[in-house]
Amino acid sequence: MGSKYDVLVIGGGNAALCAAIAARRGGASVLVLEGAPKFYRGGNTRHTRNMRCAHDAATEILTGPYTEEEFWKDLLVVTGGQTDEELARHMIRESKDILNWIVEQGVRWQPSLGGTLSLGRTNSFFLGGGRAMLNALYLTAERLGVEVAYDAEVIDLVIEDGMFLAARVKRPINGDTEIRATSLVAAAGGFEANIEWLKEHWGEAADNFLIRGTPYNRGSILKMLLGKGVQEVGDPTQCHAVAIDARAPKFDGGIITRHDSVVFGIVVNKHAQRFYDEGEDIWPKRYAIWGRLVAAQPDQIAYIIFDSTVVTSFMPTLFPPIAGQTIAELAGKLTLDPAALEKTISGFNAAVRPGTFDHTILDDCRTEGITPPKTHWARRIETPPYLAYPVRPGITFTYLGTRVNKEARMLMKGGRPSANMFAAGEIMAGNVLGKGYAAGIGMTIGSVFGRIAGREAAKHARN
Amino acid sequence: MHGTRILDEADRLMTVCNSCRYCEGLCAVFPAMEMRRAFSDGDLNYLANLCHACGACYVDCQFSPPHEFNVNVPKTLAIARAESYAAYAWPRALSGTFARNGLVISIVAALSVAAFILGFVALNDRGVLFGVHAGAGAFYKLMPHNAMAVLFSAAFLYAILALVMSVRAFWRDIGDPIGGRADGGSLLQAIRDAGELRYLHGGGVGCYNEDDRPTDRRKLCHHLTFYGFLLCFAATSVATLYHYLLGREAPYPWWDLPVVLGTLGGIGLIAGPIGLFVAKMRRAPELLDEARYGMDVGFIAMLFLTGATGMALLILRETAAMGPLLALHLGVVFALFVTMPYGKFVHGIYRFAALVRYAQERRTEGT
Ligand SMILES: Cc1cc2nc3c(=O)[nH]c(=O)nc-3n(C[C@H](O)[C@H](O)[C@H](O)COP(=O)(O)OP(=O)(O)OC[C@H]3O[C@@H](n4cnc5c(N)ncnc54)[C@H](O)[C@@H]3O)c2cc1C
Ligand code: SF4
Ligand code: SF4
Repeated sequence: MGSKYDVLVIGGGNAALCAAIAARRGGASVLVLEGAPKFYRGGNTRHTRNMRCAHDAATEILTGPYTEEEFWKDLLVVTGGQTDEELARHMIRESKDILNWIVEQGVRWQPSLGGTLSLGRTNSFFLGGGRAMLNALYLTAERLGVEVAYDAEVIDLVIEDGMFLAARVKRPINGDTEIRATSLVAAAGGFEANIEWLKEHWGEAADNFLIRGTPYNRGSILKMLLGKGVQEVGDPTQCHAVAIDARAPKFDGGIITRHDSVVFGIVVNKHAQRFYDEGEDIWPKRYAIWGRLVAAQPDQIAYIIFDSTVVTSFMPTLFPPIAGQTIAELAGKLTLDPAALEKTISGFNAAVRPGTFDHTILDDCRTEGITPPKTHWARRIETPPYLAYPVRPGITFTYLGTRVNKEARMLMKGGRPSANMFAAGEIMAGNVLGKGYAAGIGMTIGSVFGRIAGREAAKHARN
Repeated sequence: MHGTRILDEADRLMTVCNSCRYCEGLCAVFPAMEMRRAFSDGDLNYLANLCHACGACYVDCQFSPPHEFNVNVPKTLAIARAESYAAYAWPRALSGTFARNGLVISIVAALSVAAFILGFVALNDRGVLFGVHAGAGAFYKLMPHNAMAVLFSAAFLYAILALVMSVRAFWRDIGDPIGGRADGGSLLQAIRDAGELRYLHGGGVGCYNEDDRPTDRRKLCHHLTFYGFLLCFAATSVATLYHYLLGREAPYPWWDLPVVLGTLGGIGLIAGPIGLFVAKMRRAPELLDEARYGMDVGFIAMLFLTGATGMALLILRETAAMGPLLALHLGVVFALFVTMPYGKFVHGIYRFAALVRYAQERRTEGT
């Protein structure tokens, strides 16, 4: 291992590996510095399951066409227009080709599945999940001759006038703590695991957040880059946050702590009061708002409450529901005021209007005369045992990032492109995702911009 | 709470996996799991026997150790599987045999070999044992064909009886009590799945053994062993038919069907078990059920010895070594038969039953 490389990649997830492979295929010598130990390599990519790509026709893994235009419209809706149209359209166009490119790197897709997620048309699922996908990328990178160092946290960057010179790593690589390279690809994820940073924007509430993914995404690279003149993009309070089980571990609980029972019951806060329309829209379109909603409640805690009639209507859960034969007993177990909970539930039950229940469409089961209303799938909660899941905000990923152009090249404050610094993945996701989220787009951003960044970094290095 | 601690752990893991489902494309275990929300002992034993130990769901899992969720499906199911063998053993009194399997096999094998040598000597004089015999009927100079047939049929029939009784208990525990019989389509599907070891492929890339680079080596060695065994079995069956229908006595010339089948089978039974043994020695410790090491190795050794002594007999049958080799070979085969229901051999039977059940479930689900 020499200490001067053509391309240095910081990070070890999907974006980093796509960049490393593309750079190596472009003829460059490549070193990947992954801050985590080998098992935790690949940060949040380990927890992913699918990727959203445009495609013109159904395939064995996708049930129908998903055109560029439709993808763009979906993105426009979830972001409320807070996206860089040129970059976003560029990404969507490239996403078509990425579907196959990823397969060429050894990643396998799963034939479209029946499951509980209605994403079979827009999203391709990794066979074996995100870690299987990463394992394939690492094997390919290794075979091509990409060097990878684990436990190699980058603690400083030497940047002069928008030009990357060297990175300092905590653990010496080949005797050196300073690694020089001709180009840099920063793919070190967001800062969701950095509670102190979250607190700067969310206040003390951030102490009650649970971090769904890796504890290693502390945003240190992002902070260094922004501190050294790279232009920032995105709002630091915008992130992808869902309501997850309050009993989940602080970090890395992954996918299995989520709940999709909200549409079947009601959600109350610690005062046993409802605070939002649980039946506003089909769950996959709405699940990403509940993190913020719960974050805005006192002590950042809430309870999904339902009864025994619906337990088999949603995905089995890791943590069992908390049960009570009466509302009062349940309230006791949740440390809620029993009288208040009884009042909320009887008020809700009284407001439910008859209708035909169908959770796959916006049905006509709704309430009348209460605030907030439940506009669909409203059914009385009256069949014991009564059940509840406690939930807290679970942060998936953050949107504050480095601004880039279509070459994935970082832009410096004032708009000048950096000479040799590129960014891919979550660290630049804010360019495309100003707010909101569409399932599977994290992988799209990583793969598309990773490949571009690697290719451009190699081109720069070999010039 | 379940009957055993390992079933408690298997239940915990299946609850984790059922809320994750990332592995559902890898093998039959996960789709079968998804058809359930709670897991009885029988369900867990069913899932454990559906697992082919390819290791993929360990290497692909974001929650495998050192993660605090500590998800290790292959190892947990391997232990549960091994414990299930004992739980269904017939007669019950012999279920403890599984625990001491390595020892039992060596003792039974040693005794059987000794018994054959002594038997030969007792039937004949010493000179016959070490004499050179050639031509048709040479083997029966040492032991009359009928004596051989009676001994082996008895051992074989006992093995079949014990296996059938055990599988019945297993089937009752995992199957639905009413329509517990398998339909033809499901049987065919299971034969196909078992015949090609469909689920030992890690979802398509091969299986994981010593590290995170999948290969097809274990599958190949398993095929060699399994088909080697079947070929040897076919050789014996053809020879029996020759004897009774055509009146032709062993040994047969090298080009004759029983010898050709036996030779091919013998090669499989030598190469396959060696490969499986090497794979086992190298297998990553986190995937291995160490407690059952003896049982697994014992079975591999018996298959290897069956093949090796058979081949040695074929090569040296016209020399003075024929007598002792015949005694050795027959002793090994005899020991293999009587220990079959109490060792690793049963894994194939239970796995097949589980595959039948799985095929059936898929059909009723309409997928
Ligand atoms: C539970 C969960 C489920 C998800 N499911 C999906 C899904 O199905 N589809 C989808 O598209 N997205 C999903 N996402 C979002 C997705 O995980 C991210 O968008 C994606 O992982 C970002 O990829 P990345 O390569 O940019 O970052 P990551 O995969 O997070 O990788 C960042 C890497 O940088 C390393 N690193 C950080 N700091 C340093 C440093 N200083 N020095 C060296 N290395 C460092 C980290 O160790 C890590 O390996 C999910 C997220 C979570 C938490
Ligand atoms: S083994 Fe791990 S990744 Fe696979 S289904 Fe179970 S929990 Fe999910
Ligand atoms: S067969 Fe393979 S993927 Fe399936 S459970 Fe067993 S080890 Fe896991």
